[in-house]
Parts: sequence; structure tokens; C-alpha cells
Amino acid sequence: MHNFEFVKPSTVADAVAVLANAEAQPFAGGQTLIPSMKARLNAPEILVSLTGIAEMNGVRRDGGALVVGATTTHAAVARDAASHFPALAALAGQIGDPAVRTRGTLGGSLANNDPSACYPAAVLGTGATIVTNAREIAADDYFQGMFTTALDEGEIITSVRFPIPEKAAYAKFLQPASRFALTGVFVAKYASGVRVAVTGASEGGVFRWAEAEAALSSGFDADSIGRLSHPSDGMIADLHGTAEYRAHLVRVMTQRAVRAAH
Amino acid sequence: MTKVNMTVNGRAVSAEAEGRTLLSSYLREGLGLTGTHVGCDTSQCGACVVLVDGQPVKSCTAFAADLEGAEVTTVEGMANPDGSLGVIQQAFQDYHGLQCGFCTPGMVMSTAALLAENPKPSEEEVRHYLEGNLCRCTGYQNIVRAVMAASGQDAGALAAE
Repeated sequence: MHNFEFVKPSTVADAVAVLANAEAQPFAGGQTLIPSMKARLNAPEILVSLTGIAEMNGVRRDGGALVVGATTTHAAVARDAASHFPALAALAGQIGDPAVRTRGTLGGSLANNDPSACYPAAVLGTGATIVTNAREIAADDYFQGMFTTALDEGEIITSVRFPIPEKAAYAKFLQPASRFALTGVFVAKYASGVRVAVTGASEGGVFRWAEAEAALSSGFDADSIGRLSHPSDGMIADLHGTAEYRAHLVRVMTQRAVRAAH
Repeated sequence: MTKVNMTVNGRAVSAEAEGRTLLSSYLREGLGLTGTHVGCDTSQCGACVVLVDGQPVKSCTAFAADLEGAEVTTVEGMANPDGSLGVIQQAFQDYHGLQCGFCTPGMVMSTAALLAENPKPSEEEVRHYLEGNLCRCTGYQNIVRAVMAASGQDAGALAAE
């Protein structure tokens, strides 16, 4: 790996000041970034660790929402969100393996926006708000395709505000070698309607399945989407599954999430 | 190069580290603690797992400089103060929970993390927790048996047999 200058500021303001340098890159746990730096796919001159910024860490209840700091680890979300928002805690507890969950963070996952990552499904499936150092971004505007987000250069996620649903669940069809989702579906039921977000399936990254949302909003029952099928256009095809296979999993995993929702 | 300070196996230590120095290099090359093994160096295999502030971490996927002040436990820290094998190490020896032994340090440290969180895990919970630790000798049966024994449970009958 190429060498770099390592800095670890203790406030968001200090981090943002260093990140104004075009050669600087944020580090939020490194469970994807370090392997990509080893492979020389990424070679920042300055690495800015966000893990020492206390104001970006932790889980807190704010009325009907759960606010999760961007550097909160998957392990901490699995533990600390459990009593407030069990579906989110369960999702966090299924990411990677225990050692990855000790270091990997919510903000890191969202900034990377891997098309098979679990967290984007929860964020889009709840219509969460991504809070950055500069502004608030609605989930519907944030995800802009594989590894692409609405974040500007030097902008960092500081927290995510999840509206807590009446019922929700995440159903993940595990790709056991990578431990990412071959296809994963987050379903959330609110008084205003049902949201369905799918990860791992589309070449465009996480997306909402509008037909299923409409059907589930009129009747929150797995049978109400039993006749729906998702088109295979634009689905990921690789040695683990064809586009048609993933399209089929979209419906199957949506039904499983609806059955599991509580 | 800057000095990075940690507490490793209960001892205050200090060693030089570049920005890119991994925790695994800091332990092995900086401190001479070669019990921590680097298997794949791509975050897949778990051979390099150590405890950082009590939690399992892949030491090949963490920068030493990010862990200034951390409390680290490596496999060397799992022995009893008199140098005899600790409970988990002894169970791995008693039940032959290793073949070539390369993955063993990571297996022992992940087991320590599991038992700290869940002192009497079921066989299924053991297998689930150790998913991030690969044994390329495929010696999993005896590894699971060793973890059951280390937790004071019956290691005789595994469901997957």
C-alpha cells in the first residue's frame, strides 16, 4: 500500500478543514477502504480518520426517530438499536462477520454505496435522512447508482435519522463468500404507507420497488404480492446468480420480509 | 514515522508506525509478537484476529495509528500468568482443534470474544460466530468441539455428525 499521512481530528469542523485538501480522504472504519488501498485501487495522500469524533458516534432516540451517528459501528447498532428499532439492529448484526462489525460503520457503508451492501436498504426503505456537515439529504435523493452518492467532495455524513416504522424487517439472501446480500429486501410499514427497498439485485444499486409498495400499502400481507414479478432488466448477473434469478429473489425476499415484519 | 502507544496483553508498549502500518505489522514487526498470523491479508480469513478493547478485530484491516491508546489482546495474552495454556488454548489442544495450526491464533481470539459475550453458546451459535475464521485444513469439527469444551459444555456429540 502507498504510504499516506494519517490524521485523526476530534471535531467535525477540524475533519472538514483537512478534507478541503483534494488529496485527503475520509476513513470511517476501513473494512472496505483498507482492502482497496492494499490493492492500490485507492491511494490517498492524507487519510482523515473520523473514528475519534465523539459527536459522530452513538445511537439516540429523538421522538419517533432513531438517530445513528455516522461512525457508530455495526456491532454497536446491533446492540444499541435493538430496543428502539429491532429490524435495523438485526440488519446491522448480519453485516460481514463479528470482526468486521467491530470496525465497520454506518457512515462508511453509506458513503461507499456498494450495490450489495445491507445498510442502503434500511436507509432507503425507511426514507431516512442523511445528515452531513453541510446539509440534510433525503434517502430518495442520496443514492445515485453503484458506488455513487449525492455527497460532494469533502462532505461527510455525520448521522442518519431513521423514522421508526410501525413494523419492519430485513430479509437477506446471503452470498456466503462475500457475506454481502445476493439480494436483500427491507420492508417498512408506516401510517402513511409501506416502503420496499432492494439491495444486491440491481446494477443501479439500491432501489425501491413501487409495485410492491402499492400492493402492500393496501394490504400488508405477503400474499398481496404473490402474483407480482420484478423485471430482470438491469439486474446484476454473475457466477452466483443470473439476472432472472435475482429478479425472482426480489419478490421472494420481499415476501419473507413482510412475513417477518414486527 | 511516529510512535504509537498501546497496552498489549496488559503491558504498556510503544513502537514506530507509518500511516499505513497495519495493526498486524505493528504487533509482529514492531513488538515481535508473531503469534498473530497474517493469512490472506485481504480481510477474508480471520487468522489475524485480535481483541481491541475486548472486541474482535482483523488486525490486517486496521491501522495502528488509528488505535493509539487501545487495549489489545493477542494469542500470547491468552496463556495463564505462569505460562501454561489458558482454558481456550488447552481445549484446542485437548480436542485437537487444529491441523496445520495457521488459523489457530484467530480461532482462539474469536472464541475468546464469543465466550465473553455468550458464555454457553450452542453449537449453532459457535459455527455462526466463527464464520469469519477460515480453516483451510477444514478442521472445523474439532474446532467447534474445542469451543464447546472451553465453555464447559459437552464436546462429545456434535449435531453435524
